[in-house]
Amino acid sequence: MRKELRFSGFGGQGVILMGHIFGKAAVFDGKNVTLTQSYGPEARGGACSVDIIVSDKDIHYPEVRKPDILISMSQPALKTYLPSLAEDGILFIDTSLVEYTVMENKGIPATELAEEVAGTRIVSNIIMLGYFTAATGLVTEESMKKAISKLVPKGTVEKNLEAFQVGFDKGKK
Amino acid sequence: MKPDTYFIDGNTACAEGAIAAGCTFFASYPITPATEILETMAKRFPEIHGSYLQMEDELASIAAVIGASWAGRKAMTATSGPGFSLMMENYGFALMTETPCVIVNVMRGGPSTGLPTMVAQGDVMQTRWGTHGDVGVVVYCPGSPQEMFDMTVEAFNTAERYRLPVVLLSDAVVAHMTEKVVIPPKEELDIVNRKKPKNSPEEYLPYCPDEDLVPPMACAGEGYGVHVTGLTHDERGYPSVDEKTQTFLVTRLINKIRKNSDDILKYEEYKVDDAEIIIVAYGSVSRSAREAVDMARAEGIKVGLLRPITLWPFPEDRIYELAAKGVKAFLVAEINFGQIVYEVQRCTDGHCPTYLAPRMGGSIHTPEELVERLYGINEGKEGSN
Repeated sequence: MRKELRFSGFGGQGVILMGHIFGKAAVFDGKNVTLTQSYGPEARGGACSVDIIVSDKDIHYPEVRKPDILISMSQPALKTYLPSLAEDGILFIDTSLVEYTVMENKGIPATELAEEVAGTRIVSNIIMLGYFTAATGLVTEESMKKAISKLVPKGTVEKNLEAFQVGFDKGKK
Repeated sequence: MKPDTYFIDGNTACAEGAIAAGCTFFASYPITPATEILETMAKRFPEIHGSYLQMEDELASIAAVIGASWAGRKAMTATSGPGFSLMMENYGFALMTETPCVIVNVMRGGPSTGLPTMVAQGDVMQTRWGTHGDVGVVVYCPGSPQEMFDMTVEAFNTAERYRLPVVLLSDAVVAHMTEKVVIPPKEELDIVNRKKPKNSPEEYLPYCPDEDLVPPMACAGEGYGVHVTGLTHDERGYPSVDEKTQTFLVTRLINKIRKNSDDILKYEEYKVDDAEIIIVAYGSVSRSAREAVDMARAEGIKVGLLRPITLWPFPEDRIYELAAKGVKAFLVAEINFGQIVYEVQRCTDGHCPTYLAPRMGGSIHTPEELVERLYGINEGKEGSN
């Protein structure tokens, strides 16, 4: 098993954190993971992405070129990164912020759900991770929860785990 | 960090490696792409009662590190090309005064301030010849976050064992990449500490070497009189600017590394045994090269990879041996316009051609572009450089 992933959105959505949570979970599962991110002057609002390779074998060349899975949490990110998606790749979008119907995709209104569940859109990234985890089965639910508990700010663990569960349940359907 | 398996970037791993090696003094000036080393040290040092100094510039950073080392601490500084250039004077001072310490240089695109956030490997020869005078140096070049941890520990051990400033020459890709890093339990780590004098302060000669050419080191406050000067000095440490003392001292400083190079030298080979073409690559580029080896072999081209982990000492004997044994060609892939390629060419001693796959900085070679070159070399379509 070897998959290339690209998570994208705008700065402030916690896209980089998504990558770190997924990567840590994959390490808990005993897999090899290489995460790279672009370094630029962008802060909140700017385009933002994180690239991950996950594999049972050693990973050498560290760059993602044709992601098998693309998550887009914003319209500009979709526009930028969709051309890179592999031909039989899977696209995940936050349908609250991204409008797209051309190719088959897995959509979840992560931002709206976040407001519903937690009263804040800040956990939309974790909802997406829950949805993605259930839909792909790339990492175990347990490892993801463990990774979330370790990486989100203290005092927000419960809220984030709740958000994860909401996304996960939607993804199982 | 407690012994465990982590998912951390190369810079964090480097800082943790330093702490694991016993580093308790860190003086630096922030610079991309090395800043995470400073951030980690600043966060972690209060926990281990270390001294963290953010200095006014890189000249002061290395000067503070040298001072701390003479006060008995294991000390480190971290920077990138522009800061490393500023450190060249005191790099030489540390070599001349045999001051154990570690200098981390996370390479980015140069010359000058160049490409702050992007990778290059343009500082390779600077680590070897950047400071004036004849020197023997040790330079480690890690290829992954795990090696950022392991080689930082090793760099401290070599610095302490042979009494010199050791350079950890990383690059922006390896430093910013996040991967699995295993931090082993303390008892599984070999930690080397500098030799202390066994004789009395009256008998002690601070620059009188043992058989391994390394003099025991007395530090400030230990009751020994020590004179530290960058001038050519005799065994007492006093300036003695004459030809005889110069020849004795500088020969020893160079032989200290040369005669112990079997102990220091580190490299990794992949599918070299039956290889007709050998790629030489180090740091982040070695990862592209490793992939290129498998891709080319799938097409029937017998390729191997030789990855120097110490750039100095350089695996000269091994390259000569492979060239003399009948390897058809070497291909050196590096993110510069040719630095290590000339070392490889020298070591092959005319037995086979050496080709260069250069890159100007910004990104690492793709495996495909290396495979393309390998096709050309295999089919005899490439002229020698």
